[in-house]
Amino acid sequence: MALKIDIRKTLGAFSLEVAFEAGEETVALLGASGSGKSMTLRCVAGVEKPDRGQILLDGRTLFDSEKHVDLVPQKRRVGLMFQHYALFPQMTVLGNVMCGARRGFRGGDRKKRALEALEAFGIRALADLRPGQLSGGQQQRAALARMLISGPEILLLDEPFSALDAHLRFRMEQEMREVIRRFGKTVLLVSHDRDEVYRLADRVVILRDGHVERTGTRRQVFEDPGTRAAAALTGCKNLSGIRKLNDGEAYALEWGIPLRLRLKPDTEALGIRMHALRHGEGVNAFECRVEEVIENPFSFTVLLRPLEAPEGTRPIGWETDKATWTRVRGGTVRVCLPPEALLQLKG
Amino acid sequence: MDLYPLWNSLRIAAVSTGIIFFLGIFSAYYVARLPRALKGFLDVLLTLPLVLPPTVVGYLLLRILGPRRPIGALVLEHFGLRLTMTWASAIIATSVVIFPLMYRTCRGAFESFDESLAACGKTLGLSNSYIFWRIRMPGCRPGILAGTVLSFARALGEYGATSMIAGYTPGRTATISTTVYQLWRTNEDGLAFRWVLVNLGISFVVLLAVNMLEKRENRR
Repeated sequence: MALKIDIRKTLGAFSLEVAFEAGEETVALLGASGSGKSMTLRCVAGVEKPDRGQILLDGRTLFDSEKHVDLVPQKRRVGLMFQHYALFPQMTVLGNVMCGARRGFRGGDRKKRALEALEAFGIRALADLRPGQLSGGQQQRAALARMLISGPEILLLDEPFSALDAHLRFRMEQEMREVIRRFGKTVLLVSHDRDEVYRLADRVVILRDGHVERTGTRRQVFEDPGTRAAAALTGCKNLSGIRKLNDGEAYALEWGIPLRLRLKPDTEALGIRMHALRHGEGVNAFECRVEEVIENPFSFTVLLRPLEAPEGTRPIGWETDKATWTRVRGGTVRVCLPPEALLQLKG
Repeated sequence: MDLYPLWNSLRIAAVSTGIIFFLGIFSAYYVARLPRALKGFLDVLLTLPLVLPPTVVGYLLLRILGPRRPIGALVLEHFGLRLTMTWASAIIATSVVIFPLMYRTCRGAFESFDESLAACGKTLGLSNSYIFWRIRMPGCRPGILAGTVLSFARALGEYGATSMIAGYTPGRTATISTTVYQLWRTNEDGLAFRWVLVNLGISFVVLLAVNMLEKRENRR
């Protein structure tokens, strides 16, 4: 494995306890804010020091509390891209990228290399501007150029798109995909956006309150998040605790309906993604009252309450395309929760 | 009009600002990264001259530096230098009085510096001294400049501690502020007024310089 990390760190009431490995692939750290994602990245980069544990990169020890190894960030050869890019405001764009070139190239060569890097990112014309004069996307390109020219062995990307306007995100994500492909080594991506994570990452590590909740390939994690918190982080909005009736049936407490499915022994809760409900007849079909209809640009989100559900239960969200909703809309609709679409979760 | 007080005031202010420029920056930089308890204590100690009456500062300095006091006697014996009642003694007094101004403005500047810039510089492989001189200092430049000019202005106007430790000897230790007091006391009102005008003129120029510096910094 290219990166092996097993660290602990306590900061006031918060404690971080994270262990995972990553090969030459993109691993996403997915978690709510305050779950320890950024802290983990900063520990790998060496700008934050864990209390205990070890961090290995390609067999090099970056940190080992028992052997008293704590490499300074300058010697770790990690590329850390900050959420707001941390471009040096008093320097020009070229000056910024030349800073990244100081480690690897001799004086005369730095400017040439930096200009080549700017060229590669299509921002050579902006070389003499200051970071404050650039758009968000241009700032990100400058930060990427500066990071890559420093010759990192691993890329650490902290919420790379969160500072960008929505319309820029898609484009920068394409560029990032290309950067990652050419880099070809380990990339750690911190994000709280499940779509971004699914599109960019090979594997996913879900963090919650400073510990690893679930790891796996992105498919495994999205198809079987394992826990309620992980399911919520992967974007599952319908969640309910259950009471087991028998091996093939459970009563969903928050939804107030019995559901048929082949229950695993340790299932404590169920989840169903909003788009996974189906209109019409089938197993687990219920006649539901339409509580609220929310129009999205290209779909409807319909909040449904099964007629048989007692008072005080929570509605189930159903996301459906506009054509379907226009065809079936009314005061009540019949939908089913297919057993194969139900996520079986712990806690 | 003998211009000696003007020249004396300017050189005292310039030398003490020069000393305090480095002392203020470095103590601010190091105190800003100390553990909290120690930081609080040192902060109080280093800011004290700002709130103490200058006469109290002067008194304390005399207690230490006077020719029969521990340090004063030591320096007099080994180097043959008197630390009080010379024009250079005023440098000590003004330095102590203006130190908190420089220290506090610099500390404010260092504390509002975006630490992720320094962290980022480290991951890029930049040396700590490169980061300090090329990234941190330029980022804190407006605060440091403001502190320097304010310190200089305050040093020019120092009266209390200076008059106690350097006294008033025309042509030797007289500064603008001590001269104004002495002239007023001896009923030479006309001359006193001319020195007041000189002082007003200098202060006006200094404050104008501060404003212009600020404007230029904002444009960058």
